[in-house]
Amino acid sequence: MIELKVNGKSHNLSADPDTPLLYVLRNDLQLNAAKFGCGLGQCGSCTVLVDGAPTLSCVTPIMLLEGRQITTVEGLGTPEDPGPMQRAFIEEQSAQCGYCIPGMMMRAQALLQRNPRATDAEIRAFLEPNLCRCGTHMRILRAVKRAASLMAGPGSTPSTQTPSAASTQIDASDADSDAQLDRRRPVHSEKRERPER
Amino acid sequence: MNKVLSRRISRRAVLRGTGALVLSFSLAPRAWSQAAEGAAAGGSSKLPGSLGKNPSLDAWIRVDANGRVTAFTGKVELGQGIKTALLQVVAEELEVPFDQVSLVTADTSRTIDEGYTAGSHSVQDSGTALRNAAAQVREILIAEAARRLKMPGDKLHADAGAVIGPNEARITYAELVSTNLLHVEAQPVSRLKDPGFFKVMDKPVQRVDIPAKVTGAAAYVQDMRLPGMLHARVVRPPSYRAKLLQLDVSNIEKMTGVVQVIRDGNFLAVVAYREFQSIKAMQALSRAAKWQEQAALPQPARLHEYLLGLPTQDQVILDKHDPAGQAAKTLEATYTRPYISHGSVGPSCAVAHLTEGVMTIWTHTQGVYPDRQAIAEMLGLPKEKVRCIHVEGSGCYGHNGADDAAADAAVIANALPDRPVRLQWMREQEHGWEPYGPAMVAKARASLDSAGRIVDWDYGVWSNTHSMRPGPAGSLLAAQHMEKSFPVPEPRPIPQPEGGGDRNAIPLYTLPSARVTSHFLRDMPVRISALRSLGGQMNVFAIESFMDELALAAGSDPVAFRLSHLDDPRARDVVAAAADEFHWSARPAPAGGHGYGFAFARYKNLAAYCAVAMQVRVDHETGRTRVLRVTAAVDTGQVINPDGVRNQIEGAILQSLSWSLFESVSFDTTRITSVDWATYPILRFGSVPETLTVRIIDRPGTPFLGCGEAGQGPASAALANAVANATGKRVRDLPLNAVRVKAIIGV
Repeated sequence: MIELKVNGKSHNLSADPDTPLLYVLRNDLQLNAAKFGCGLGQCGSCTVLVDGAPTLSCVTPIMLLEGRQITTVEGLGTPEDPGPMQRAFIEEQSAQCGYCIPGMMMRAQALLQRNPRATDAEIRAFLEPNLCRCGTHMRILRAVKRAASLMAGPGSTPSTQTPSAASTQIDASDADSDAQLDRRRPVHSEKRERPER
Repeated sequence: MNKVLSRRISRRAVLRGTGALVLSFSLAPRAWSQAAEGAAAGGSSKLPGSLGKNPSLDAWIRVDANGRVTAFTGKVELGQGIKTALLQVVAEELEVPFDQVSLVTADTSRTIDEGYTAGSHSVQDSGTALRNAAAQVREILIAEAARRLKMPGDKLHADAGAVIGPNEARITYAELVSTNLLHVEAQPVSRLKDPGFFKVMDKPVQRVDIPAKVTGAAAYVQDMRLPGMLHARVVRPPSYRAKLLQLDVSNIEKMTGVVQVIRDGNFLAVVAYREFQSIKAMQALSRAAKWQEQAALPQPARLHEYLLGLPTQDQVILDKHDPAGQAAKTLEATYTRPYISHGSVGPSCAVAHLTEGVMTIWTHTQGVYPDRQAIAEMLGLPKEKVRCIHVEGSGCYGHNGADDAAADAAVIANALPDRPVRLQWMREQEHGWEPYGPAMVAKARASLDSAGRIVDWDYGVWSNTHSMRPGPAGSLLAAQHMEKSFPVPEPRPIPQPEGGGDRNAIPLYTLPSARVTSHFLRDMPVRISALRSLGGQMNVFAIESFMDELALAAGSDPVAFRLSHLDDPRARDVVAAAADEFHWSARPAPAGGHGYGFAFARYKNLAAYCAVAMQVRVDHETGRTRVLRVTAAVDTGQVINPDGVRNQIEGAILQSLSWSLFESVSFDTTRITSVDWATYPILRFGSVPETLTVRIIDRPGTPFLGCGEAGQGPASAALANAVANATGKRVRDLPLNAVRVKAIIGV
């Protein structure tokens, strides 16, 4: 058993100690945000924070993480109450496919926590390890700038907060009726993309 | 207008399933758009967009007893924002609040077969269909209200999900709708709203999918978790033609968590309870497998000579000989591009579940119906026993590994009935096995008269097909690798006017005498298929590079030279707008490594118009090109979502800059060697332009023109032209990486 602290909550996990954090987040804890991109530490899609530092969860085994504070995008806010980084990405419409975006957000979060007044050049340099294939870079840069001002502005919430169950399980075991189909596939049959709680 | 109306009424006289309902379209005091989009002029009976694929209105739009609207599309979200755009169209024409409309995307059990989501056709085909369907449903509901209120229809109008009449008469859609009311055939002509009255269309509505994606809600097929789901990985051969010689799986079957090892000919897979267990088992299986390989790939250093030496099927796609001036100067040039990877950031993934004899596959394919056909054929199942449901994946830029992953998952789930299986490719499999955008060669020759006008043009392009998509089982890797293998289908050129390798090979410029030849290459040493814009990117790169070379030879400004050969007024507007946005005429002379480039094309000569102007700085020491400033202008016809158009054009330009500055699939004579992001570098933040602006030329009331692939060609060529302007030397081979640029500028 390994105990991990994720988004302010402790979890006892039965996964093998050499399992990279990414698989534990996605499968054991059912947190969707961190993505498998390469498994090689080359693209940044799996980026999470470990004690505030951006960390590539696809190449970091959980045995190294006992007692460390792990933060994922789910720890930044919820669909109903998005945090400043999430609001910034929504307001700037900073996604095409969006697959790389959680990794971008966590890396930017690490930068802004350390350096709330990061310049454009500092933001670009810091995001260099993360890949976007759709070509959303200009918008990502704008979103990070906006996040910085949202965090600095009045009424901004602390950078990390304890999440509620922001992840949604897509459950497609026994689909007979259309109603069930709708329920289990919010992804493309429900327009508002609101996950069930 | 009157003629159209009378014909429409007569066609509507008898409506299937709603005999009581007689529709009357009247000349209401509100303004209506004059032409039905997509319907051919002159009263043709052709249904607009994809409506003809299923003319029953309730196949496209349903209104439930609570007034909620569900729209159905056979197209899919690829990250291009199509869901939001289609919802806008339906909300607008049906006069319902945007958030009361839901959209069901491609699913072989629920939606229309609209083929592939490709070729920038989604808005043109499905958007046009849904727009017309929504307008016709609105008119049916108004007619039904007129009947109930015993009031002429022209006294009524629709608003916010209700039909409104005089004296506060109001009947909601929920009250109006009844069984079969919408089960009627669509008509060729619809009363479309006048763009001046738009409330939702042509507005930057926020994308409906982004909140889930930035908060960790389930958004992708990769995020699916079914009860009892197992995790699978495949082991691919080390090279295309490798054959499995020897394999002992006994130790792998004993590994922790392993449920099954699957071997069928050269197809290998492992299934485990946990995902990382499946990865470790995959690695062990990969080590255990002994393969016989063949050195069957061309010499990479001589790739383009090799392509030019292959047998061709030639087709002359343009041949005109109008009188022209005397040639004073003739230029010739050859341009090339390498194989280019789609390289989605998330490797392909699918979930499959065989239960009660039905194979259900959740897939990020671009075509659920063609996939169903291919997978049914591969598994020997009737297609009714296969259901393909689209769920979003990582960004899709053409035929990537999605269909193959769907097939892999189906083969594995077929061996494990009643157990849902999630299969995801590893990075090296995505990079090594996806079908690439084909390598190509283009040769151009043109003559100028003494006044600097083009008097003769001869252009040829050498290319494989640009679509090896499913339909036939043999297009799927699993089907090729299994013991009872299916042959790779015979490649076919995609015909003009859209074209494949010859897409955009015919310049839009006015040329008195011109010949364009498509040299189709049947042999495919490297696995290839559709990559965003197909041959369009290469042909526009070549043609627009060559136009710059001609402008230089003619002593003309590149923009003025283009305008002097362009008649199409919308093309001229786009060129002028991009030049204006860039302050082209006020640009400084190239100096200090700075250079300026311009390019233009109309995608497929049928879709959106796009012009791009670019400023670069080339570092003389290293040959590295830094793109500083980009402006684009686009005319995509009637705009649905201006921010969506901007996002698509920005993305197209940055992706094209990545292709054009950095990218090339590498291989030796046996294996693909670009298998990850270290061996296949792409654009990173350090190479992103300082500024990128997109000006949209709004054309309200005109047909939708797809814009998703309009920027690739012009961006590549503007880059090449800017580098040439900066250095005084022309690079005609993609990518324009530092090594190549340094080699041409010398020390």
